[in-house]
Amino acid sequence: MFMKKLVLASAAILMSGAAMAECKIDGRVSIVGNEFPAIHAVADGAKTCSGGEIKANLTADHQKINVAGMTGNPAEYTTAIIANSSIVALMNEDVIRPLDDLVAQHGRALKPNQLIKINGEIMAVAFMANAQHLVYRSDILEKAGVKPPKTYEEMLAGAKIIRDKGLLQHPLGGAYKAGWNLAQEFTNMYIGHGGEFFKPGTAEVAINNAAGVATLEMLKALSAYMNPDFLTHDSNATSAEWKAGNVAMMNMWGSRMGPLKDPEQSTPQVVATTTLGAPMTVGGGSTPATTLWWDGWTVSKNISSKDAEATFLAMMNGIDPSLLNDETTPLAVWLIDGYEPTPAAVGVFAAANMNARPYPMLPYQGLLHTALGAEIVDFMQGKESASQALADVEAAYTAAAREKGFLN
Amino acid sequence: MLLFIALPIVSVLVQSVHTPHEAVLIETENCDPFGCTKSTAIDQDATQALRDEEPLGRFVGLEIYFDRGHLAVKEVAETWAKAEGIGNFFVNLNNLPFYRSMAFTLTFTFSVTPLMLVFGLMIALGVNALHQRLKGVLIFFSLLPMIVSPLIGSLVLFWMIDSRGIIGSALQWIFNDPALSLKASTGLTWVMLIVYGVWHAAPFSFIVFYAGLQTLPQDTLESAQIDGASRWQQVRYVIVPHLMPLITFVALMQLMDNFRVFEPIVGFNSEAHATSLSWFIFNDLGGETRLLSSAATSSVLTIIGVSILLAPVLVRTWRDFNAKS
Repeated sequence: MFMKKLVLASAAILMSGAAMAECKIDGRVSIVGNEFPAIHAVADGAKTCSGGEIKANLTADHQKINVAGMTGNPAEYTTAIIANSSIVALMNEDVIRPLDDLVAQHGRALKPNQLIKINGEIMAVAFMANAQHLVYRSDILEKAGVKPPKTYEEMLAGAKIIRDKGLLQHPLGGAYKAGWNLAQEFTNMYIGHGGEFFKPGTAEVAINNAAGVATLEMLKALSAYMNPDFLTHDSNATSAEWKAGNVAMMNMWGSRMGPLKDPEQSTPQVVATTTLGAPMTVGGGSTPATTLWWDGWTVSKNISSKDAEATFLAMMNGIDPSLLNDETTPLAVWLIDGYEPTPAAVGVFAAANMNARPYPMLPYQGLLHTALGAEIVDFMQGKESASQALADVEAAYTAAAREKGFLN
Repeated sequence: MLLFIALPIVSVLVQSVHTPHEAVLIETENCDPFGCTKSTAIDQDATQALRDEEPLGRFVGLEIYFDRGHLAVKEVAETWAKAEGIGNFFVNLNNLPFYRSMAFTLTFTFSVTPLMLVFGLMIALGVNALHQRLKGVLIFFSLLPMIVSPLIGSLVLFWMIDSRGIIGSALQWIFNDPALSLKASTGLTWVMLIVYGVWHAAPFSFIVFYAGLQTLPQDTLESAQIDGASRWQQVRYVIVPHLMPLITFVALMQLMDNFRVFEPIVGFNSEAHATSLSWFIFNDLGGETRLLSSAATSSVLTIIGVSILLAPVLVRTWRDFNAKS
């Protein structure tokens, strides 16, 4: 018994020792961020530093607490892990600091494309990329004689064949839950149609146009081949449908591919035939109907420079190339030096190679996203026309943007 | 009273008539792993100067109350002018978030409250008539829906009524309609939320009424029995009048609770079909939006709504009280 403990203890010391030797900090570190495996890996890496207190609060509700937790002085959270949509809220409230000095001092190892520059200042350090892309079941498509779709039009035609042949009643999947998810699908499809969300250089919304109508029509046409409960299905529920073998094609997040290919989470048949594809285009356009995303970390503005430096060092250790091993590499498309793409990453790489557009980093994009998620639901249920739904989105956005001071 | 009731109300009132300052926007160049793009950001220094000048924000009076997200005065007037007949007016009114949520909230409040009173009374009478030994066990089981936290309760039901869940599949089989989905239809979602509301709230009225039944004067009941009153007549003329103050109390509490319906909407993911003022507040405060003034306005409207709902009951109680003294 004693020997066993001794072995365990020494193993633990050895394992933490490797990283500890390099990372010494002098200050307080408190992390807030979203909750998924890749972010856990980063936070665990940061925690191996010694010399100061390191806490992490990783939760799916991180966006509800990060601004509040960084507004006080000194701020509760010294760093927030965010994505290109959620950094905007932190920028709008002015709670994160430029990192140019710290990068110059401690961040030489970072690659230039990891540095998120806003108005010439480095505001965040990105560590992973993400995008939605096609996933399909090769066995079902083969049985139906359907080729993997390159466009949403082909996807619709393929879905019809699969249904007509009686292979699956609801061959398509998608995270179409009313709210954030549905608005994200609209954003993808609208970009695919070549639409612009705002009148250039202003906060005035401009989506009630032919591209907007075509976008809604396509979303609705796709939803006809989905589980009738689609308005309540988020990425989790859609993944569950996939693992249950009920879906043949869907547009899904690259970061969700690991679990779909995990033999422990589904039947061997589903796992073996789950195949990743490039994002699809729509309406004859060449821009793929998807958005590129990055996840990265920031440093709080309202903390002492000692804590800021400690935070920077700990987070640098969290994304150190030594983080990558057999277990962590497939968790994400890492932007870290030394990352070799795994089969789970081909979709995201394809999106980047097709010049997909990044999700817009505008101060008022979040307001439009919220308005979209609430107002296009009536159209999806067939209760109103596409142009009425888009007019409602514009009205809801305008009311919110006026309140926030973006419009007069 | 001052600290826990008056101050928060004053605080939301003040917040609801102020909005953040106009954001000073600047053109920027943003660079990320995918390249550089022209974009827009907030000029923090200029905006901070505005904030320091007036820390409360811009005073906008009742503007937020009248905007599209709330009372939507302008939009209602337009709908009225364009409407072909009163029916068409109400259909179009349903397009505005506030009125749509009111339609659901009031339907919910006025169906759940009476139903839970009736069910609560029936369970109380049933349990009271049982043998002493059985009572304890049955009271415990009857209280279970109230013991389960609302969010968990609704989530459990949510998965059961899923089109692949046990209740959802059973319904599809019974009605022989594979496309039947409780979650896809607005009407069925409302029914489901109301059923859940009754299920969750009935134990509360049950336990209150059961306690009341223990104080029932046996001699009055016995004299009614000697006079030949049927079981129904005993309930109608002896038991219900005796319980009346409790019924008023439970009705008051439930009107207030049901008007603030929230957890089932989140648990059932039903925001596509049914929303409430409380859900608006939650939605405004969460995520990337953070519309604080809008949330404060919805809070004030909730307070006003609850006061209107409770007014008749309160006035009546006040009169009864005065009559007695």
